Formats: sequence, structure tokens, C-alpha cells
Amino acid sequence: MTNLSLFVAIPLGMAFFIPMVSRKIKWFPDIFGNLTTFLLLLLSLKTIGTETTYQMGNWSAPFGIVLVLDGLSCLLLIIINLIGFMATLFSVEYIGKLYTSKLRYYSLFLLMIAGMNGLVLTGDLFNLFVFMEIAAISSYGLVGFGCQAKELEASFKYLVMGSIGSSFVLFAIALIYGRTGTLNMADIARVIHIMPFDNLIYFSFVLLLVGFLIKAAIVPFHSWLPDAHPSAPAPISAMLSGVVIKTLGIYVITRMTYNIFGFNNLISNILIYSGVISMIIGVIMALIQWDFKRLLAYHSISQMGYVIVGLGLGTPLGILGGLFHLFNHSLFKSLLFLDSGSIEYETGTRDLNKMGNLVKKMPVTSFSTLIGSLSISGIPPFNGFWSKLIIILAAVEVGRPIIALWAVIGSILTLSSFSKVQRYAFFGKGEKFEKEKWENYKEVPSLMQVPLLILSILCIVGGFLAVEGTNGIFAPVIKVLTGGVLPYIAKVLRF
Amino acid sequence: MDNKQGMSLIVKTVTGWMKGFIFLYGIYIIIFGHLTPGGGFPGGVIIAGTFILITLAFGKEYALGKMGKILASELDSIGALLFLLIASAGIYFGGRFFLNFIEKTHPTGNFNLFSAGIIPLCQISIGIKVGASLFMVFIILAVVRVVIVDGKGKLITTEKKGEK
Amino acid sequence: MIYYLCFVVFLIGLYGACCKKNIVKIILGLSIMEYSVNLFFILLGYRKEGIAPILDRSMEINDFVTKAVDPIPQALVLTSIVIGLGVLSLMVAIAIRLYERYRTFDITEMKKLKG
Repeated sequence: MTNLSLFVAIPLGMAFFIPMVSRKIKWFPDIFGNLTTFLLLLLSLKTIGTETTYQMGNWSAPFGIVLVLDGLSCLLLIIINLIGFMATLFSVEYIGKLYTSKLRYYSLFLLMIAGMNGLVLTGDLFNLFVFMEIAAISSYGLVGFGCQAKELEASFKYLVMGSIGSSFVLFAIALIYGRTGTLNMADIARVIHIMPFDNLIYFSFVLLLVGFLIKAAIVPFHSWLPDAHPSAPAPISAMLSGVVIKTLGIYVITRMTYNIFGFNNLISNILIYSGVISMIIGVIMALIQWDFKRLLAYHSISQMGYVIVGLGLGTPLGILGGLFHLFNHSLFKSLLFLDSGSIEYETGTRDLNKMGNLVKKMPVTSFSTLIGSLSISGIPPFNGFWSKLIIILAAVEVGRPIIALWAVIGSILTLSSFSKVQRYAFFGKGEKFEKEKWENYKEVPSLMQVPLLILSILCIVGGFLAVEGTNGIFAPVIKVLTGGVLPYIAKVLRF
Repeated sequence: MDNKQGMSLIVKTVTGWMKGFIFLYGIYIIIFGHLTPGGGFPGGVIIAGTFILITLAFGKEYALGKMGKILASELDSIGALLFLLIASAGIYFGGRFFLNFIEKTHPTGNFNLFSAGIIPLCQISIGIKVGASLFMVFIILAVVRVVIVDGKGKLITTEKKGEK
Repeated sequence: MIYYLCFVVFLIGLYGACCKKNIVKIILGLSIMEYSVNLFFILLGYRKEGIAPILDRSMEINDFVTKAVDPIPQALVLTSIVIGLGVLSLMVAIAIRLYERYRTFDITEMKKLKG
């Protein structure tokens, strides 16, 4: 699989082809949207275990744009395309019932996937900025998709904070270009490690870090996330929480710190402290929520804190823990958001007080929410347990047991928060429970149940990836990241 | 501001003369994008500016008759698909995405109009896309308003109901 | 020296985007931020007494390379201006629809999402 440009070209082409054709043919967006994401999923599964670079237009590395595929990009490609396929399967029925115009939805959705695929594959700094903007602008439009008052307010807040982050990133790119004279990421790494680290490089790194931490919703910069993720349609919430904050935030921070600037003690401390604060504040704010999706959004902040702590520790065990938790979180968080979508499809509300006793009427949704809740709380043998265990062990191994203590406290509070969800929504009754409407609820259509069941199965067996499949997906990633700067330069600039 | 009848007679006459020249200038900037500054983006903005000028001077029915919403949306998609087609043709001819296959097979001299391979074709498709999409943004924001009825049934804005 | 002034304009834009209550002023602040970064980018490529980076028939290549200003920032800024235009049009569309829903441009009145 050497033609990496297909990951960007296919969704981009379909995103512009769908509005043209589907004025006349009504079933076109559904079928072709799902076929596109399924094709992308198959292509991304083919890339496991390979490492290639692809030069666009036959211009070699420092002069042209190269697309780089290594272990980290492969992991993120699988995450993006898997959750994308699940979300498009879910949106066939969901968007048809609750929103108006399907062709614009699929067009923006495929543009977002094209932007994110391009972002994880590129090896050029300005190209990364352009793809980040493509994905971000599509997501700003998708958050405010139903044009109600609350959704527009959330979309505007997300837009302003995202644009401020992007401006910081562009300023940092300008400073780096002015200092090093090149835009290729491997070339920048080569030049930075020849010259001494002066204040300008530190300043640009701080600007980059702030810009991408805004996109990843880590705690001083998280305030757009609790408004934006609930207001979006449910498959878009699943994509945003499960994929976008990971690629636009965590992937780029990882690439910058490990492969370009070099990992040292200062960066490690910044990441660990912001991660620990995110863990605790996210889960404390989630305890007081009564809106189901807002609760899930605060839990996203908390789990991203776990990932940043794992990546900030710097040891191979810490990196494994952090990235494995990234993978698991995308699985169970998108499962939980799709569950909230199916509850909203059937009952029309997101308020936990108004739901009740759903386990009798909606068995598949209850089963998958139960699995998702157990996974996120870290109950063995589901996948959340293994990744949190690896992070805690890594923290103890480095010699910082306080971090492990905070991680355990966060996990306990997560469990209590999801017990609240289970008690009010599924197994008990909320306080404003309406019995007449409850009689008419039935299970969601079967096409919407398929992604829920697939993601539940992946949550159950995902724990085994830590033990059995480490040689398949995670070992190349750890090799890429712990190798540091020099193997990355050698790999990209040799081609 | 009442856009139904346009502006006064002087403005209408002068715009009627000037609109062809402005459109031609936009096309000139697009086509000579590989030789002089400019290219697809500024040229597309000038083409959109032509249609916006016609809307302001003559009123929206005349301008929507020249390029309606559906035509602008179709041109938008066609421009993007044409660009992607040219880039993918590089795979077919030479093996790489975005390869400048015309320049590799039929190299012409520099500084001419027909030189630099696929670059003028890319500029033309970008120009079509940017012009159509900017005009569509202008129409949707300023010309077609959405009817909103709030809880008590009070009409806030008029004009016909449009899409997003 | 002029680079510090670009950063000052960036900070003015940041102040406008963070501390103003009117939506239109927030949009203007964000636009000022983006334009200041574009300006900084172009000024990076400046060379003292340089010529415009356009090669024509009567110029030698070596002469051109030593005298011209840097063309890469100009290409990047072209892309960045278009991105800024896209974000601006989306912001203005959302602001118009927010006015139709809330009947005010003041963001302290838009408090439906809380907690």
C-alpha cells in the first residue's frame, strides 16, 4: 500500500460529489457515504506493519510535501476510519429523523475525515496546519448543524476558541520557518538539533503547545468542550470526542515533542501536571451534571488527562499506556455517545431526571451502555482496566506514586458518576419520570444497533490487545516514539 | 435596503458597461497565474465580485437569473472535482499524485502562456470554485433570509425561506 | 523591530477576541489576529533592497536568487488568507443566526448552556 494520497483524495472527492448527484437521486448520500468510510477502513487496516513515505508530485523531501506513514500514523488512521464508519452507519437513521438535510451532513462529515486523515499522514508543517483547519472548520459547521439557539451558541464558542488556537499555531509556524528556513518536519528536527536551543525555539514551542492544548481540551483551555459536544448531533459527538480531540490535539503534541523537538524534563513536567489537573477537574465537574451528554463530555476531558499523563511520563511503558488508553477511549466514548444518541432518538430528551427504567424497553442500548460504563470506569476484564493499569504501573515505575494515586482517585470518581447514570436512566427512575411516554418506547432501528454491538464487542476483546497483539499494532508505535528524533529524520529524508 | 429594484439609472448604465471588463480582468488573473502574481484565489474573488456588483446594481432577481443558487452550488462542486481529477491523472500517467504530467511529457519553453504543465489547469478550476462559492456565500447571507417564527408566532424576518 | 509590532497587533486582536462583549467585536478581533500573523509571515521573507520574486526573460538565475525576496511565505500566506476568509464567513453566518434567535448581539445574554 504505497499510495497514501488515497486517504485524502477519496473522502475529498466524495464530499464534493455527493451534493452534485443527490439532488436527483435521494438514496445516494447514505449508501455512498457508508461505502466510502468502509473503503477507508479497509485501506487503513492494510497499512498495519508498514512504514512508507510518499512524495507528492515526485518532489523529494525538503522541496516538496511528503506523506509519512509510521506506527503512530497507522494507529490513528485505524481509529479515525473505524469510528468514522460506525458514525456513518449510525447516522443513516438518526439524521433522517432528527435533522433536515442529509447531503450537507455527509459532505461536511467526509471533509472532516479527509482533513484528519491528511493530518496524521503529512510530514510537512504548513500542510499539517492546512489539514487541521479543514477538519476544524468542518467540525465547527457540524456542531451547529441543527440551527437551534443552544447549538449555535455552542458552535460559536467552539469556533472562537478553536480559531484562537489556530492563530497561535500559525504564529509558531512562522517563527519556526523564520528560524530554520524549511517547513519539512524532519528537516526542522535536523536543523534544531544542530543549533543551540535558544529562546526563540522555546517560545515557538510554547505557542505550539498552547495552540494544540486548546484543540485537545486540556484543563486551562477546556471550556469549549462541555458546550460543543452535547449540542452536536450524536454521531458527530462520537466523532468529536472519539477522534477529533485526539488527532488535532494529542497526535500533534506527540509528534512535536517526541520526534521534532526532543523530549526532555521540562516538557515531561508540563504534560504531567496539566494531565493530572485535567483528570481531577474533569471528573469532579462530571459528578454534578444531569445532562447525559454533558456528563460524557466532562469525562472526555478527564480521560484525555490520563492519556497526556501517560505520554508525559516518557518511558516505553508510559507511552504504551497512554496510546492504548487513547485507542480504548475512542472505542468506549464513541459507544457511549452513540448510546446517548439512541436514547435521544427514542425518548427525545437528554436529561437524566426524565429517563427511567430503560432496561426493560431498550435492551440493546442498555447492554451496550453497561459495557461502555464498565470500560470507562476501569473494571476488569474490559479494555479500560488494562490501559489504566499500565499507566498506573508506569507512574510507579518512574518513581512518582502521587500520579498513580490521583489516577486511582479519578477512576473511583468515574465509577461513581456512571453508577449515577445507570441508576437514573436504566435500572431505576428519574425524578421527573413520565410513565405515559415510557409505555411507547421501543428499541431503536436495527441499523442503529449494529454500531453499538460492534463497538461493545471491540470493548470486550480490546483488553487482549495489550497482551496478545502488542507485536502487531503497538510495538511499532513505541519503537517510533522512543526512537526519538534521529530515526524519524533518517526515515523521511532518505527517501 | 430594498434590493428589489436596484440602484439608480446612472449606476445601472455604468455597471452594464463595466461588468464585462471586470469579468475579463478576473479571467486574465486566473489564466496568467503561473506567470504573474495572482492565480486561482484572487481571480476567483474578482469573478465573484463581478456578480456581487451586478446584484447590488440591478437587484437580486436579475443577478439570480444570471447565476442562480443551484448553478453556483454545482459549479462549486465541479471546480473541486476537476482539481481532484487533474491531481489523480498524475497517478494514471506517471505514478504519483499531483505529478506534473504535462510538463514531463510535452515540455515547452518557459515564460509562455502554454507552459508549466498542469498549473494553469489547476488555477482555472480553483478560480471557478472560489468564484462560485463566494457568490453563494453572499447570496445566502444577504439576499435569501430565513423566516423565523418564535414561540408567540411573531414573524422576525421576511423574504422567502432559504436553505442554510 | 517591526516583528515586535506585529506581535503587538496580535495581542490587540487577542484582547478584542477575549474581552469584548459584542459578537461583531469578537469577530473583528479574531480577524485582526489572523491578519497580523499573515503580515508577520510575509515580513519574514524580506531581503534588503530585494526585488519581487518574478523571473522574466531578461534576468539571470544567479542574479535573481541573490536579489529576490523569499517567495515561499507569499505562497503560504495566500493559502492562509483563504482559510481566514472561510472561517470569517462561517462566523458571520453564525452571528446572523444568533441574532435571529436571541435578538441581541451581547454574549452575556446568551447563557442557555450552563453548568
